[in-house]
Amino acid sequence: MREQAPARRHILTLLVENRIGVLARIAGLIAAKGYNIDSVSVGETMDNSMSRVTLVVHGDDWVMEQVVKQLNRLIDVVKVVDLTEEDCIEREMILIRVNAEAPNRAEILRIADIFRARVVDVTHRTYTLEVTGDEHKIQALLDLFRPFGIKELVRTGQIAIARASKAAPRKLEREAGNEEQVESKSTAGTP
Amino acid sequence: MKSLVDEGVTTIFGHPSGMIFSDAASDHPFKYILCRHEQVAAHAAEGYYKATGRTGTVMVASGPGATNCVTAITDALVDSMAIVVLSGQVPVGVMGGDVAQEADVVGTTRACTKYNFLVLRAEDIPRIIKEAYYIARSGRPGPVLVDLPRDVILKHAAFKGDPKSVAIRGYHPQLAGHPGQIKKAAELIAQAKRPVIFGGGGIIHADASEEFRELVDITQIPTTLSLMGLGTLPTDHPLWLGMLGMHGIYWANMCMIHCDVMIAIGSRFDDRVTGRFSEFGQQCQIIHVNVDPTSIQKNVKVDVPIVGDVKCVLRELNKALQKVDRSWASDLEGWYAQIEAWKKQDSRRYEQRGATIKPQYAIDMILRLTEEYDPIISTGVGQHQMWTAQLYRGHHPRRWLTSGGLGTMGFGLPAALGAQAGIPDRLVLNIDGDCSFQVTMQDLCTLVHYRLPVKTFVINNKGLGMLRQWQRQYPSSPHADLAHQPDFVKLAEACGVGGIRIERPEEVKAGIEKAINTPGPVVVDIVVEREEMCLPVMPTGVGTVDVVQVGETARDTSFPGWR
Ligand SMILES: Cc1ncc(C[n+]2csc(CCOP(=O)(O)OP(=O)(O)O)c2C)c(N)n1
Repeated sequence: MREQAPARRHILTLLVENRIGVLARIAGLIAAKGYNIDSVSVGETMDNSMSRVTLVVHGDDWVMEQVVKQLNRLIDVVKVVDLTEEDCIEREMILIRVNAEAPNRAEILRIADIFRARVVDVTHRTYTLEVTGDEHKIQALLDLFRPFGIKELVRTGQIAIARASKAAPRKLEREAGNEEQVESKSTAGTP
Repeated sequence: MKSLVDEGVTTIFGHPSGMIFSDAASDHPFKYILCRHEQVAAHAAEGYYKATGRTGTVMVASGPGATNCVTAITDALVDSMAIVVLSGQVPVGVMGGDVAQEADVVGTTRACTKYNFLVLRAEDIPRIIKEAYYIARSGRPGPVLVDLPRDVILKHAAFKGDPKSVAIRGYHPQLAGHPGQIKKAAELIAQAKRPVIFGGGGIIHADASEEFRELVDITQIPTTLSLMGLGTLPTDHPLWLGMLGMHGIYWANMCMIHCDVMIAIGSRFDDRVTGRFSEFGQQCQIIHVNVDPTSIQKNVKVDVPIVGDVKCVLRELNKALQKVDRSWASDLEGWYAQIEAWKKQDSRRYEQRGATIKPQYAIDMILRLTEEYDPIISTGVGQHQMWTAQLYRGHHPRRWLTSGGLGTMGFGLPAALGAQAGIPDRLVLNIDGDCSFQVTMQDLCTLVHYRLPVKTFVINNKGLGMLRQWQRQYPSSPHADLAHQPDFVKLAEACGVGGIRIERPEEVKAGIEKAINTPGPVVVDIVVEREEMCLPVMPTGVGTVDVVQVGETARDTSFPGWR
């Protein structure tokens, strides 16, 4: 009946109450499924009583459906969307410190240029770069820098936003709107 | 405190400390029942809720007082019991400093409450209390904890802006079911040839037993209930099959295996009901009504899911089914005949022979001799619990208290205590195991102190009967015999409770009658056959199909006590 589906990467975006302990509830729920959170990022929304949480988790689709429903059930969670199947824009920013010995310095800058990375700190031995991009771009950059030696890497975690759909202008207004309107989440589960 | 009065709280179960609730301890309008252990107070609140339908309230001290409640709170979460726990906390200023009697209660209970609050400002108390009670009883009910630092309580905040209503933007339990889904369900039921209705505890929480019975009466479909649902259909109803599940009635499980349409109402398809999830319900279409969307499609794949309050959904569904032009009973005759054939094999049958009492006989006699009083019955966890459920004779909801989801030994006495506190004039029985009873027996004194005449029957098989049974199936299970058990009669008397011992089959009837007719609380120690097996059984991790084989092979192999 329930087949074991392969685990894959899911991006969830949550609108939550900006309150003590909310992140602990979310993390606890996912930990209870035995899943590791690959990345999490949190920030206030336009309405400072609410925060936006973006989670990246690897899990099988069946369990992730449960996770989404259970996140919805959390009283502090106002809305959850699984963006995995949706057309969305994903970004992550990283700060990376690469070994930059004399013979490699030009090559590193060339790569940085191609990836539109910015140099934010420089010494005789290293460059520190700032880069933004989606998962693939970041991965490609890391692969290219690895041979030089990555001394340190700091990542913000993914953030994502659904693409404004031309077919559904209401959604567009809401997303761009002054305050994020909240729909009742309780219909989840009834087709 | 005024907030509690506004919530209609009349009874509080608790265990106070010097630190907090000076406010509550002095003159107050509540019936305050001081228990001897916080776990008991919280289980009592569960019993109170289940028996009366009113949210149970618990008040405990900081630190160890609150952590002692954790088992009962978890129990309430799994079995959807509406209770509110008010726990004291050290003053805000010193929180996190490991001061005396401090524990991170909100952190500890995060995973076992439906929601919990830490109150940091006195002026938030009215709103938070209101929200706490609303969250506890609405949607799928559950436990809510409010952690109250001492200085916050003592700061006599001006009681202003008394909230009349609750608005929580992240919480909107769904009431009405989706009309399209209800229509689909009705169509499916109308065409079913071998349908079965399967009800769970959610019916009781939604107060929908009447609507449930109506559904059964309209459609004439054979009906089974889970352990938690017992009481929602009278056990003398002609379509009543008996309890299903791991220790369920043979033909009730057979119906689940052979049906073509399964109508599951207010249940969550626990593994003790389904056996191996992967095989369950493959042959049939499943309609599943539950207020909690996360309970649907969790364990079993459902064809027609309906999220909504069971009462609302059943009203609509019944309306739709009434319009169906079908002579239900005559259409289902073939199915009835099949069930009658299965009924010839009653694995509950026991035979009282010889000089030792069969536990089933003792329990059956208790249930028969008290039936006329329509008692509230609570149980511990183990074989005695399953036998009581199998032989249950109740006719009404809210009379059956048992720990289903978590299976908490020690639930029986506190739950009976709480139920009796809520409904003083009804007979309350606690049918307990000798080991389960020992988990919370210190509160016999509480029964005496508050004049709660609970009758406890200890089905004494001198050990952990259920484990002993598992040892036979899985020889590596842990030790189950307890060489030294207390003398329950002396123990009862030491607490000021009447004690009666029954050791021989011919004493059973008179002993039970004596217990019922003795005023005040009583403990009856019924010494029974130790090796009796609770049958039928579907071993864990095995499909429902296999239960049948186990039931049948058990008949051939000569387990002692099998007829
Ligand atoms: C608090 C707790 N600890 C352990 C268990 C595991 N357990 C389930 S049934 C059982 C044996 C219960 O023995 P008893 O209360 O004497 O009932 P019997 O099975 O003998 O009728 C045990 C140990 C449990 N359910 N709850």
